[in-house]
Amino acid sequence: MSAAPQDRLPDIAELMRHTSVTGWRDGLGTIARVVRIDMQSRWAVTIALVSTLVAASMQLVIPRLLGRAIDQTQLLVSGGAEETAARSALLATALLVLLVSVLRGIFTTLQNYFSESVGHHTGYVLRLAYYEKIQNLSFGFHDRVHSGDLITLGMLDLEGVRMFFSTGLVRIVLLSILIGIGGYMLLSTDLLLGLMALSFVPFVAWRSSVTQLRLRGTWLELQERLSVLSRVMEENLGGIRVVRAFAAQPHEMQKFAVASERALQLAHQRVDIRVRNTSAMTLSFFMAMGLVLWVGGSKVATGQITVGTLASFLTFMTILQMPVRQLGLLVNSFARTSTCGARIFAMLDLELAVQNAPDAHDLVVTDGVLRFENVDFSYPGADGRPALRNISFEARRGETIGLIGPPGSGKTTIAHLIPRFYDVTGGCISIDGQDIRKATLQSLRRAVAVVQQDVFLFTTSLENNIAYGDPWAKTDRIERASGSAQLHRYIMGLPSGYRTVVGERGASLSGGQRQRMSIARTLMLNPAVLVFDDSTAAVDANTERQIRDEIREHASERVTIIVAHRLSSLMHSDRILFVEKGEIVESGTHDELLALNGRYRALYDLQVRPEASGGKG
Amino acid sequence: MAAEQETERNDVREDGRRPPRAVVGSHRIEEEMFGRVFDRRIVRRIWAFVRPYRLKLALAVAAVLLFTGTQLAIPLIIRHAIDTGLGEGAEARSALNLSMLAFAIAIALNFAASWVQESIVGKTAENVLFDIRTAMFGHLQRVSLSFMDKTEVGRLMSRLQGDVNAMQEFLETSVLSVGDIVLLFGIVFLMLWLNVELGLLTLAVLPVLFVVRIFWLPRARLAFMAAHESNSVANGALAEAIHGVRTVQSMGRQQVNFALYDDKASANLRAHRKAAKYAQVMVPIVDSLTGIAMAVLVVVGGAMVLDQRLDVGVMVAFLFYIQRFFDPIRSLTMQYSVMQRAMASGQRLTEVLDVPVDITDAPDAIELGPDMDGSVEFRDVTFGYNPAQPILKNLSFRVNPGETVALIGPTGSGKSSAMALAHRFYDVQQGQVLVGGHDVRALTQASLGRQIAMVLQEPFLFTGTVLENIRFNKADASREDVVAAAIAVGAHDFIMALPQGYETMMGERGGSLSLGQRQLVSFARALVADAKILVLDEATASIDSYTEMLIQKALQTLLQGRTGLVIAHRLATIRDADRIIVLANGELIEQGSHQELIKSGGLYSSLYSMSYASFDDIPLAGAAAAAPQTAQANAEEPDKNDTGSRT
Repeated sequence: MSAAPQDRLPDIAELMRHTSVTGWRDGLGTIARVVRIDMQSRWAVTIALVSTLVAASMQLVIPRLLGRAIDQTQLLVSGGAEETAARSALLATALLVLLVSVLRGIFTTLQNYFSESVGHHTGYVLRLAYYEKIQNLSFGFHDRVHSGDLITLGMLDLEGVRMFFSTGLVRIVLLSILIGIGGYMLLSTDLLLGLMALSFVPFVAWRSSVTQLRLRGTWLELQERLSVLSRVMEENLGGIRVVRAFAAQPHEMQKFAVASERALQLAHQRVDIRVRNTSAMTLSFFMAMGLVLWVGGSKVATGQITVGTLASFLTFMTILQMPVRQLGLLVNSFARTSTCGARIFAMLDLELAVQNAPDAHDLVVTDGVLRFENVDFSYPGADGRPALRNISFEARRGETIGLIGPPGSGKTTIAHLIPRFYDVTGGCISIDGQDIRKATLQSLRRAVAVVQQDVFLFTTSLENNIAYGDPWAKTDRIERASGSAQLHRYIMGLPSGYRTVVGERGASLSGGQRQRMSIARTLMLNPAVLVFDDSTAAVDANTERQIRDEIREHASERVTIIVAHRLSSLMHSDRILFVEKGEIVESGTHDELLALNGRYRALYDLQVRPEASGGKG
Repeated sequence: MAAEQETERNDVREDGRRPPRAVVGSHRIEEEMFGRVFDRRIVRRIWAFVRPYRLKLALAVAAVLLFTGTQLAIPLIIRHAIDTGLGEGAEARSALNLSMLAFAIAIALNFAASWVQESIVGKTAENVLFDIRTAMFGHLQRVSLSFMDKTEVGRLMSRLQGDVNAMQEFLETSVLSVGDIVLLFGIVFLMLWLNVELGLLTLAVLPVLFVVRIFWLPRARLAFMAAHESNSVANGALAEAIHGVRTVQSMGRQQVNFALYDDKASANLRAHRKAAKYAQVMVPIVDSLTGIAMAVLVVVGGAMVLDQRLDVGVMVAFLFYIQRFFDPIRSLTMQYSVMQRAMASGQRLTEVLDVPVDITDAPDAIELGPDMDGSVEFRDVTFGYNPAQPILKNLSFRVNPGETVALIGPTGSGKSSAMALAHRFYDVQQGQVLVGGHDVRALTQASLGRQIAMVLQEPFLFTGTVLENIRFNKADASREDVVAAAIAVGAHDFIMALPQGYETMMGERGGSLSLGQRQLVSFARALVADAKILVLDEATASIDSYTEMLIQKALQTLLQGRTGLVIAHRLATIRDADRIIVLANGELIEQGSHQELIKSGGLYSSLYSMSYASFDDIPLAGAAAAAPQTAQANAEEPDKNDTGSRT
């Protein structure tokens, strides 16, 4: 049932690494989808496109007007017109030039502003959709996709798609008007001269497209090499003590020099590509201009065209130059949008492996009985290799169950199945007789809370972190929870107390303190099933004992499950399950298991009397 | 930080989806982006990096000038062609041909100059960037560890990346702005030269643009910075959601977070729209001014042509110049921002480059050879990161060759500092640390590093294969040596179980291995280093019993035939040591073998009888005898100085 979306995951990982241009058809599909999102800002799109039309037309009128002005004066000089009429014609032209320039400015502004605006709105829409998706994709997804890749996707790829409207769509309109109508105007005025004036266009368009695509390819490669370089630096600085401890500075400098050299080489290559291109484009432009001047000059001499026409040809060429050079950017924009968009949409289209069933209802906790019935499980992407086999047990409110076993035996996996971080692949987990897959995720996760092994602290105050799951909580509840986790005294000793900012950019806490934060945070939820997933490993034995005592006080209100590798953490449990290779191999109370003289006993000997077994082992 | 909390608290949102205690993402005002426009001291420092390329740069400047010259010349040639070459007859014909020849030469020069200029400037700027970065990175390899302790890696990284890039941008644009200035003055000069009256009239719009831009720039920059910052805010929140996704899901915070994120994303949208407004408002102004200049040209120039005071060609040349003369103004005003940014970055770069190197080899430092006896001795050592608060006080002890000594004591007692001193990470304030009978200050650091292998509490793996990680800087270690070491420490089996065995790439700091396994890899690394002395900080985090057993065995292998100084946390390690030294508050409290100390009935025996799993767990009551008062604060405080490594 939920196998299908999970199976698609490797493609995503593949896609994220995929940097080349995707196939044409897929590319167009992606672009169409981007355009559909752009169209959400219907008015802005309309204004932007209309403004582009007007601005481009004005752009085309200016050379004409200037040419006309020159002809008017020429005509006058050669005595072909009446003086006052000519002067007023000149004035009229001047006013027209001014008017057209102002209009061009205004409409260019409108065009730019509204197309930017459309792009930013698209960025906003995608941002939200992406955030929403990331938040809800199951653990199975996040286990296998590198977080750095997800961040890149949400920043760079999103940026690529955002830019499409202004750099792609609007530019196409602009260029087709300029080249189409402008070209027509030139050609209809004088075919030969028009052809010459436009002769640089195909060459420059081709060069700039090829170059932009090459620059894009090398840019991606450069980013790759730069990220290797920054990783070398970052690891060196982060592990500076290891480096110094082994006197490995020369070794590290060597590593740095290699990475640096590789990046520098490519950077130089890119300069070469760029230079070759811009110089050649400029040259071809000027060559066309020279041709126009030469041939046009002869034509003026023989009276075939006027000086004004020649001047307007030349002016038009300067106007056309920039947009044609930017044709490469247009090509680049299409390439970028189709790859970036493909990646983003692939993410947005992912089906959630764990989600509410169509007929899901809120979980109703009555007696508080948790039941595992013949549960099988294998991790997504593990090719069906079972992580758990045939797990069955039952826990009632007030009971504490201990899970122990060698690393990789499946203890944590059991803990993660209860709140549906993953869905079982066989059998069933139920709470008070309700299959948890039939319950809404919100209600299930309110009832089941897991104190995680790895603690993530958000960059905000301690109190906000503790109240993470219940952000409406009153201060006294927060303090009570942190008291139970043996943190209150420590926090009160800090200069800003509960308002101390922690997390990535805040004060650092020790491993044990972080785990206690996680415990406090989970206690706030007051769940019906409370799971400790090896969450006291870094807490010292004494503090752990105090925490255990506190928790035991409330144990009668819930099912408590303790996953640990320290025996003392769970030997007082009502029942201990010894898990090995995904199966429960022994179960019973501490004393029963000791009497069994099996694996639990061996572990007990190992931990409690290490000197006895240490020699043998 | 306080202000940040206040806004958090006052911002109580009552719409039901935005609870009072919830925020997403973190926000800290970024560093000063702009400095003074010109700071002679910083420019001089930067010049030192540019100096090696000065000849090339001179060539580039020459090319820029030539390039600008051709740009200025082309309208003149066109003018010449129009004015003299458009008549009938052979004379005009040859004038046109002459103009065309000049045109051809001009564009050939233009081509060559643009090639040389862009190529040299682009590559030199890259070279300087990499040189500065190499200098900084190299410097960071030598600066004192206390500086590294105090400085976040992220902060240094932004020096090595962002600030260095700002310098590159500065270099590139400075050379090009030489061209801009010449172009601007060239245009002004040529317009005046062609026709003073017409030149003055059309140029009258230039000051207007200048003034407008001066008013516009600071405001626009604020808007641009706000947009930039709102990007990092939104991206920060996204990154947080990705890193913390497991917590978000298990705490059911998706809806609240989404609403909060929406706020940030909307703010981002607004900021960008505002910035776009500022960016675009200049366009109609520039266009209108161009329009005015052209209209003036048409009216006044036209009249002058009528009066035979001006050639038509001059009018055409003017047209070309008018279309060009706003470009240099735009890039020059941009250059102003670039310079300010470069000065701010340069300031930060020089700060890093100026961090003093406290620990250097003495001029007459000797090599510590492998034939030294392997003893470590502390003689009356007093040391503190802050000299006023010594962490070690008059500490004296000796570790004899081949002996294993366990250092124990509560957190903050100075164990890790002692370990760092043996390796001369820091210099003592008083007394002496001797290794192999030599004061460490008389030895070269490199040779000391070769003879002392160190295993830190937090195993640190580099990106690279398992093999590379174990071999590390011991370049002459063969694959067999590495495998032998891995077998000896019991890491071979799990390494072989990895997808590519020894060739398996270790991801983000060895993420795919468990803590215990990483520990074993770091043991193997120390074994390959094959040093006479092993300094080891035992991991405190509890590791599952199975791996723990492996580690204990590996430790014995590691210590065989070596002098060992072990900061011990586990009873088994402590008991196996030849001698135990108990430290509290930087002083030696007692020493002796396990049996002796038990018999003497001192602090150790009382602690031992309370059977704590780790001696770091010593509760207040237990430690009170030796370490009154201070122990509590220290035990709770995450003590940076006392942690063997920092991540």
